[in-house]
Amino acid sequence: MSTDVFQATIDADGRIEPRDAMPDGYRKTLIRQIAQHAHSEIIGMQPEGNWISRAPSLRRKAILMAKVQDEAGHGLYLYAAAETLGVDRSELLDLLHAGRQKYSSIFNYPTLTWADIGAIGWLVDGAAIVNQVPLCRCSYGPYARAMVRICKEESFHQRQGFEILHKLCNGTDAQLAMAQDALDRWWWPSLMMFGPPDTESTHSEQSMAWGIKRHSNDELRQRFVNMTVPQAEVLGLRIPDDGLRYDEESGRWSFTQPDFTELYEVVKGNGPCNAERLANRVKAHEDGAWVREAAQAYAAKKAEAAA
Amino acid sequence: MSTKDWPLWEVFVRSRRGLSHGHVGSLHAPDAQMALRNARDVYTRRQEGVSIWVVPASAITASSPDEKDEFFDPAGDKIYRHPTFYEIPEGVEHL
Repeated sequence: MSTDVFQATIDADGRIEPRDAMPDGYRKTLIRQIAQHAHSEIIGMQPEGNWISRAPSLRRKAILMAKVQDEAGHGLYLYAAAETLGVDRSELLDLLHAGRQKYSSIFNYPTLTWADIGAIGWLVDGAAIVNQVPLCRCSYGPYARAMVRICKEESFHQRQGFEILHKLCNGTDAQLAMAQDALDRWWWPSLMMFGPPDTESTHSEQSMAWGIKRHSNDELRQRFVNMTVPQAEVLGLRIPDDGLRYDEESGRWSFTQPDFTELYEVVKGNGPCNAERLANRVKAHEDGAWVREAAQAYAAKKAEAAA
Repeated sequence: MSTKDWPLWEVFVRSRRGLSHGHVGSLHAPDAQMALRNARDVYTRRQEGVSIWVVPASAITASSPDEKDEFFDPAGDKIYRHPTFYEIPEGVEHL
C-alpha cells in the first residue's frame, strides 16, 4: 500500500491496518495519542484506588475494585494497539516514568471524599465517553477496535458513579452537601478534559483530516454540557456556573468556559497531585520488577526442561 | 529485565459454544500458561468467552498488504461463483 492508497483509504472513510503504508506524521500522532490514552487509564487507577479500603459497603467495594481492574484492562488494550505501530510497551512506560509522555490532567486532582468517587464516575467517565465514542470510528483499525471494548465497559463506570451521588443526594443534609462539594470541585476540571478551545488546539486540524479525530474539542464539550445539566437536575445538585442558560433557539446550554490557564498549568506538571501520581507509578513498576523477573526465569527453566 | 523480553501472544476467544474462536487482541506473557491466565483477566472479565486460544504472534504467517492485489485479484473476475450471477426465469421456486 503506497501513501496514495493511504490517502484514498482515508478519503473513502476506510480503515488503516498495522502493516499498511502510512505517513510518518500519522504514525507518530497515533503513537502519541494512544500512549497518552493508555497512560491515563493506568494513572486513573490511583485516585479511585485511594478509596477501595474505605468504600462504605462491601457492595461498593466490589464495584470499585471491578472498575479499577477495568481501567488496568483498558490500559492493556491500548498499549497493545500502540504496539501494532512498531513501539514497545516498555518504551512507552519508560517515557511516562521519565515525564516525557503525558496522561490526562484530570487525574492530577485529589479524591478527598467518597462523593468524589461518584463524581469521577458520573463526570469524568461521562466526559471520557463523549470523547471516546467517536474514537470507535477512528481511521486506525486497532485503536478503533480497542475503543469499542472500552466504551462498552465505561457505561457501567458512569452509571455506578451516578448511583453513588443519587444515594448521597437522597441521604442526610451532610451527604447532600458532600455531593455538592464534589460537583463544585470536579465540574471545571471535567470541562477541561475536552482540551483547549478550538482556536488554540494544536493537533486538531490534522487529526481531523486523518480521521483520527471526528469532532472538535468545543463541539464535544458542548455535547457533554447538554447531556449533564438535566442529570444534575435529577440529582438536585447545582452546577457551579452562574452563566448557565438554556438557549431555546439552538436547543443548547450556554455555559462559562473553564479557566484554561489552570489546564496548561496542570499539563505542565503543576497540578495538585502530579508528583505523587508519577512517583506512585514508578514505585509500583520498580516494586513489581521481581515478579516480572521470576516469571521470566520460570518460563526459561520450563523451556530448558522441555528442550 | 523488562516485559520487552516477554513474547507477544495473539488471543482468540470463542464467545459461546457453536461459534468459532475470533481474534480479540494481544498481550505479552513469559509463557503459554501465563498468556492464557492473563488473557482470561484482560479479555473475558464479563463472560465474553467459554474457550481461549493463545498463539505466539511470531508463529503467524500473514499475507502482505503490498501483494494484496496479486494475491486476491484472481477471485475478482469470477463472479459466476456467486448465486446472484445466474438468471432464473420468473416463478421458479426453491432455487
